[in-house]
This record gives sequence, C-alpha cells and structure tokens, in this order.
Amino acid sequence: MSDTFESVGPVSSPENHRVALRNTAERYGLVAIFLHWLVAIVVVGLFILGAWMTDLTYYDEWYRRAPDIHKSIGILLFITLLIRMSWRIVNVRPDHEPGIGTLQRRVAEAVHWLLYLLLFALMISGYLISTADGKPIEVFGVLSVPATISDIPNMEDVAGKVHWYLALVIISLASLHAMAALKHHFFDRDRTLTKMLGIRTHRD
Amino acid sequence: MTTRKFTALALTAALLLPVQALADKYIIDTKGSHAFIQFRIQHLGFSWLTGRFNTFTGSFEYDEKDPSKASVQVEIDTASVDSNHAERDKHLRGDDFLDVEKYPKATFVSTSFSENDDGTAVLKGDLTLHGVTKPVTIDVEHIGHGEDPWGGYRRGFEGRTRIALADYGITYDLGPKAKELELILSVEGIRQ
Repeated sequence: MSDTFESVGPVSSPENHRVALRNTAERYGLVAIFLHWLVAIVVVGLFILGAWMTDLTYYDEWYRRAPDIHKSIGILLFITLLIRMSWRIVNVRPDHEPGIGTLQRRVAEAVHWLLYLLLFALMISGYLISTADGKPIEVFGVLSVPATISDIPNMEDVAGKVHWYLALVIISLASLHAMAALKHHFFDRDRTLTKMLGIRTHRD
Repeated sequence: MTTRKFTALALTAALLLPVQALADKYIIDTKGSHAFIQFRIQHLGFSWLTGRFNTFTGSFEYDEKDPSKASVQVEIDTASVDSNHAERDKHLRGDDFLDVEKYPKATFVSTSFSENDDGTAVLKGDLTLHGVTKPVTIDVEHIGHGEDPWGGYRRGFEGRTRIALADYGITYDLGPKAKELELILSVEGIRQ
C-alpha cells in the first residue's frame, strides 16, 4: 500500500465536509493548522535572521535593518501566540492516534507545552534586551511597545544570553518534534502528520 | 619591662611619627558619586557620543608641599559601561569591543606627576584596558580643595587624555573618525 499522500487538498467526501475551521475529535481545523505552520515558519525564520544579524558589522547594509525586522516580527509573533493559545483553549483537541501508547502521549504533550513555555520566555527575554534602557521597541514604525522592567545593571547581557540559549533549545526541541511527526507518518503510518496538514488520505 | 623603659620607648616612637612625611591619602568619592569616568568618541564623524563607566574605585595621594610625589590608582569595572543605549552597551561589553568577560577590569596606575605654572599638571601612568597596558599622559586641571560642611576635607581635579583604540587591541571598524577615544576623569577625593 502506498504511503505517500494519495489525495491532495481538503476533498469533500460523502459523509464529511471539507476540513472545518474548528478542531474536531478527529482532526485539526484550518485555523489551528494555519496558526501552527505560520508560527513554525516564523520561529525558524527569526532564528536564522537572528543568528545572521549578530555577525553583521557596522558597515553592513543590514546592520540596523535586520534587528529592526527581527524585533518587529518578534512582537507580532508574541501577539500571534497569545491568539493561538486562546484558540487552543477554546477548541477541542483532536484525539491521539490509536496505537500511541501512554508514554508517547505524555512525551508529546510535554514537548508541546514546553515549546509554548519556552517560546514565551524567548520573546520576553528578547523584549528585555531592547527595553533594558527604558526605550520602547518600534514595530515596523507603526506600533511602539514601551519598556516595563528596565535599568537593572547588565540586564541586556543576561537577557541576551538567555535569549540565545533558549533559541537553541527551542530549535532543537522543534527539530525533535518534526522528526517525531515524520516517524509517525513513515513508520507508524498513522494520521498524526496529516491531521496537521489538513488533508485526507487513505488512512482516514 | 620597667615603667621607665616603657615610657622611653613610647616617647621615642612618638617622636618618630612626624619624621615620615606621608602625602595625604584621598579615597575617590564613588559612594557619593562625586567622580565620573566618561569617554567621548565620534559617531561616523557626525557627532560626539558620550558614555560613562558607572562603577569604579580609586584613591590618590597628594601633598601640596611636594606634588611630584602625588600618585593615583583607579580600577574600573568595564561591564559598567553605559552609553544610554541597551543594545549598544551590550555590544560594547561583547568581544567586538571591551570583552568584559575576559577583561572585567581596566586600571590606571600613575608613574609620575608634575605641576605646571598655571594650575594645570601632567599625570603620567600606565593604563590597562582590554588586557593591554600602555603608558598614557593625562592633562590635569586642579579644580579646588578644602573643608566640606560635614567635617571632611575634599580635593578634586579633572584629567583628560586621548587613546587610540587599536593600541589596546580594539580593532572593530567604527570608521576613520572614530579611531581615538577621549577619556575624561572628573575626580573628587575625601582625605583620610
């Protein structure tokens, strides 16, 4: 039996409608799916941008522009994650695939919550770097996020270290998370990955 | 020991005290923050950027009767650099500039002091910054000295010198107008 995606896109079938906006016990809804992949792409993108921009020197064209973009998107990501967490709380969570044992379930839930927690810690630590002197963060010149805690000696250095190490941990954890999804898809042959892709396959 | 011998010994010791003419020792008043170590450097040749080292300690010895014996010792906590910009200060503390983790202290130890005729003086000494020690010459201006309203005696001066950052191993390219840094030391000491 082929283990590639046989049907593509949200297909109408006799009993079910297309993939709904809200989650069901069977699968994630389109809103959750959109938020998941948006955050995934932004987090990886910000990591790459952050690692690259800290190597720029004074005379590089992107010396100022890159950090401005990084901070602006970071603030928007914070807002997005708040929305995403709220959405998750008011939605039913799809059941784990049958055959996934208790240990895997616990590990999966722990990793998911850890990713949320670490991401919030990451964004707060980033915020604390730039606002350490009491100055606000400008979001694309449109929004101004004021400082709250500031003027603690060496605040920006400690926050900076925390920010970097958290970023490394999150990227490692997210890679683990991605590999686990691929394991479920190619080894367990279950719907774990396809539930988050919003597509129906022969496995449904 | 008999009382007589003890008294003789004590009197002799007392007589010896004024023979050693020690210069007055002053502790730099960092507790009251009446001393400032500032630096100035040009930003791209467009303006002066000023910053401070907020945390340092030091002392100086000065004898009005023999100023050439004066000496100054200062130790600066390099991580206390403050140019009023969090991201810039973080960068300054990093290994592109001060590398405060490797070099948490910068020091100045004087080697000579000589008064000019016009109330100014020349202070020479060794500046250790970023792990490199080099001789510097500081132009000193006496500001004043005297009794304060709270029972102490204070003396203050201001010293200025220019250093080339590259001399101390700081080679990050800030442009052709920012090769030199001016150090401004405004110091008040309380006589001990």
